[in-house]
Amino acid sequence: MELLNDINLYLPATVIAIAGLVVMMLSAFRASHSTVLWTSVSFTAVALARAVADLGTETQLVFHDMAAVGGMAAFGTVIILLGTIFTLLLSKDYFEKVGEYHSEVYAIILFATVGMIVLATATNLVTVFLGLETMSIALYVLAGVNKTDKRSIEAALKYFLLGAFSTGFFLYGIALLYGAAGSTSLEAIGAVTDKGLFYWAGAALLLTGFFFKISAVPFHMWTPDVYQGSPTPITGYMATAAKTAGFFSLIFILSRALGTSVDQWSEVIKVIAVLTMVFGNIIALVQTNVKRMLAYSSIAHAGYVLVGLAAGTEAGYTAVQFYLFAYTIMNIGAFGVIAYYERYKGLDLTELDNFAGLGFKQPMMAVMLSIFLFSLVGIPPLLGFAGKYLVFAAAVQANLISLAVIGVLTSAAAAYYYLRVMVYMYMRDAHTEFELPAVGLTYSLVIGFLAVLTVALGVMPWTVADLLAAF
Amino acid sequence: MLSLTWFLALSAILFAIGTIGVLTRKNAIVIFMSVELMLNAVNLTLVAFSSFMGDIHGQILVFFSLCVAAAEAAVGLAIVIAIFRNNLTVDITKIKLLRW
Repeated sequence: MELLNDINLYLPATVIAIAGLVVMMLSAFRASHSTVLWTSVSFTAVALARAVADLGTETQLVFHDMAAVGGMAAFGTVIILLGTIFTLLLSKDYFEKVGEYHSEVYAIILFATVGMIVLATATNLVTVFLGLETMSIALYVLAGVNKTDKRSIEAALKYFLLGAFSTGFFLYGIALLYGAAGSTSLEAIGAVTDKGLFYWAGAALLLTGFFFKISAVPFHMWTPDVYQGSPTPITGYMATAAKTAGFFSLIFILSRALGTSVDQWSEVIKVIAVLTMVFGNIIALVQTNVKRMLAYSSIAHAGYVLVGLAAGTEAGYTAVQFYLFAYTIMNIGAFGVIAYYERYKGLDLTELDNFAGLGFKQPMMAVMLSIFLFSLVGIPPLLGFAGKYLVFAAAVQANLISLAVIGVLTSAAAAYYYLRVMVYMYMRDAHTEFELPAVGLTYSLVIGFLAVLTVALGVMPWTVADLLAAF
Repeated sequence: MLSLTWFLALSAILFAIGTIGVLTRKNAIVIFMSVELMLNAVNLTLVAFSSFMGDIHGQILVFFSLCVAAAEAAVGLAIVIAIFRNNLTVDITKIKLLRW
């Protein structure tokens, strides 16, 4: 009975896991692509509704303290499921018109989602490891799903080799922490008083594994290649939902397992945060491919999130959660518009140079892309501004003023490469005359909805922020 | 009976060999083999800790990590086959479409 009760409490992940199996069987019996898509979407919507209902509840542990539900864990689940549902809806048109369309894509996306939810809610290193690997292995497949496209499969190989390499460090960290604490539970590791070599080496290796997955400098080498080569909606999914899961797990580990040594770790995180913000933004300045530019921008955004983590306070962790929510909404939108442009085959519309005059081809899509990019810059009153404001305010409260100043300066520099896209779209003349294909109803509704969220929640950020402060 | 240190030292050496292999080799399959060596070195650490502390949880984690390694091998080798079909090589220095 306890098991059934736990399954009920952990319903979002359970529903998605069942959905993955159902959808896989549907593809095996050659159900039509739209049946598979809409089955996935409805299961995800059910899981999302349940996760939203969990939002206000107290945090409690399920499955013999293996995972958490309610509170912060519920919010992480909501962000991941939002990212998933938009990715599913955007994938159909992309794979139909740009890449190879196998309906198994949906099953793999759902399996990756299960991994992400487990990772974001795990309170034991065993579940952290399983969640991380379920997510990563599914993402290796998704990166290379256009298997005759040389760039896609190259992205998959690079992601796989470096991901598996980082898994080695991650697992070694788990093993050493297990040796130090005699248990893999985060609480037991947090209770270690005799901190010897095993403890410090284990925690360092574990954090290295995490820095790989959230693509913090200097462990970011794989990110630009993988994000550029992967199918665009999948890139959006990796940049948002996967990163959200990694950061939520990092918050759990820093606050529960490494709480007693958080002073030491926040020194490390400060250095990594500065490196990530500076390198991510500077290299993004010189990119000529929009997808690759967004990949470097995603590295830079990981830097801003790390600023909130370095604060190590309750306000810092809340700000991080808000930031990840904001980032998920605006970034999936931005990648969604790029995915739409790729439908035009005559030109490579991921190259910035070809964006010349694009603003007048499909005016609505260009306006949406502008909204998302303005939000990524952090211009008020959009969602990105509220996220940045909360993170930097938390840093200032925690007396990390220099870190906040570096963050603000680098995000001012970042305005250059985001606005350059708009300069090309609106202020340059097109090289050749061409017509962009029609957008499609579902696609424009999804992108429009994301843009509305970006604006509306940017104007009223307290609707989400109050919810977070209540945990 | 041998002390715990010997087991940990052996697995640390194996882990280091695996890491060096990943960093120096060029063939994707050999790199993957080196990664497997790293994972198995970690398994050895886990089993050693588990047995010396008389706690079964470490050995259960080893089962999970073996399953994960198997899943990773299935996906990884499939990716390597796809790379070979596209490029007729698995030398990672020759697979370089994506770079700035």
